[in-house]
Amino acid sequence: MTGNEVTAVSIADLQSLLRRREVSSREVINALRERIEAVDGDLGAYLSLDIEAAMKEAEHANVDLPLGGIPIAIKDIINVIGQPCTCASKILNGYRAPYDATVVQKLRAAGAIPFGKTNLDEFAMGSSTENSARKSTRNPWDPSRVPGGSSGGSAAAVAADEAFGALGSDTGGSIRQPAALCGVVGLKPTYGRVSRFGLVAFASSLDQVGPVTKTVRDAALIMNAIAGHDPQDSTSLNESAPDYVASLGNDLRGVRLGVPKEYMIEGIDPQVRAAIDAAVKQFNSLGAEIVEVSLPSTEYAVAVYYIIATAEASANLARFDGVRYGYRAENPKDVLDLYGRTREEGFGPEVKRRIILGTYVLSSGYYDAYYLRAQKVRELIRRDFASVFEKVDALISPTSPVAAFKLGERVADPLQMYLADIFTIAANLAGICGISIPCGFAEAGRTSSANRFAVVRQIAG
Amino acid sequence: MTGTSDLDVAYVARLARINLTEDEAKIFQRQLDDVLKYVEKLRQVDVTGVDAAAHVLPVFNVVRADTPRDWFTPEQALSNAPRQASGLFIVPKVVE
Repeated sequence: MTGNEVTAVSIADLQSLLRRREVSSREVINALRERIEAVDGDLGAYLSLDIEAAMKEAEHANVDLPLGGIPIAIKDIINVIGQPCTCASKILNGYRAPYDATVVQKLRAAGAIPFGKTNLDEFAMGSSTENSARKSTRNPWDPSRVPGGSSGGSAAAVAADEAFGALGSDTGGSIRQPAALCGVVGLKPTYGRVSRFGLVAFASSLDQVGPVTKTVRDAALIMNAIAGHDPQDSTSLNESAPDYVASLGNDLRGVRLGVPKEYMIEGIDPQVRAAIDAAVKQFNSLGAEIVEVSLPSTEYAVAVYYIIATAEASANLARFDGVRYGYRAENPKDVLDLYGRTREEGFGPEVKRRIILGTYVLSSGYYDAYYLRAQKVRELIRRDFASVFEKVDALISPTSPVAAFKLGERVADPLQMYLADIFTIAANLAGICGISIPCGFAEAGRTSSANRFAVVRQIAG
Repeated sequence: MTGTSDLDVAYVARLARINLTEDEAKIFQRQLDDVLKYVEKLRQVDVTGVDAAAHVLPVFNVVRADTPRDWFTPEQALSNAPRQASGLFIVPKVVE
């Protein structure tokens, strides 16, 4: 097999190749390195690589383990010991992680090799990866377009065969939307299903870590490794995780799929609409019953999200003050000057905007009108899903109302960028899981995907 | 300087310990005024009797045994410090 043939396979196929000794783990790392050297100069999916460390692990890889010898790229907001973890922010320049996130420990325990840190919108705040302080990542299908975000580096790397699979994080769609725009699979697990210990926190009531992969089976393979309770994360669900691989391939007969009427709105790109209509028909022809359902609070989801997520971010990002790690402004005259200038120079514009908005909605006199009200509307959104899941097993909708847009097209108008998160945000607010699966290509190499929200009994019930 | 909402970006930025240039404050004021105008729609929702959802899981007050465990050595804890000496983080003088 040539290097490019090796990097093109799925995780499941790579597993067989490794076990049949048709390729060695070292050869796999080499093939990836060559692929990255060939294409990443144009795409910019990776922020850092440590080939030597990966090679060392490949030497004693145990290919009989579930992910034995398989390199997995990690979004650069998840700590991997000894590696940089910049969150694509200047404020973490020079930081090296002194520990492994739980998800990384679990990947290692399953035999996987953490390989390279992928680009993102700074602190995962964005939908295009253009908010990275380091560089923009380009969509492999059309380099004049964005890969989506915030896990744009992970999605582009997987789409361009620069990674077999990757971890991302999803606070309002940051795994599913870039997966959709790059034509790969992206899964946001149920809130609490996967540990966030070692994930740099953005909005703690919404953040989840999940896989970006070429196939649904690969997503299941990674979930089998990373899901489950972690005593180090107090929000981690204390329940055993299902066997995701074993539940693949089930018959769709008897499954009831809901199509939320509020999600089939005007403003959806007609090509996305056509692809979703075709996907719904396909599910129907495979035996699923299609039911129109209603999620009446949908129109409030974006507003609720940008109050709650910014409020939580303003608290979480208070830790970046130039004292214990990362960037520090030079020659501060006193400690307030140290904080003020470190954060001025260290954070990019989107992060500053969100911290300011979050500080405001939590401030005395405005807390009730904004934050408390948003939490109440969030409860109504959660109830919408709970009542719908009494009638259907899962929901189907577009992941994004538009296919991949041009670089630079939306950066000047944050609100327009926020509004495009309409189909993904509600899942985070309600805590349910969602998977984005490719279902067609738009013209000019843009892709659109189905977003299937699966039932989550412990939340719906 | 204020815009169409009650938000005073320059003031809140000081609370959040972020220095802003005047130009930056002006741009953010306009952009965040837009966002606040958009979120006004939440006022239409009837939330009478609805409990606030801090997060979605029925999990509260998770505690663990208060026992020592292996974690960072002082060297590891200080490994990313911008300035350190004698096992301490060094910052500008806080109290005169």
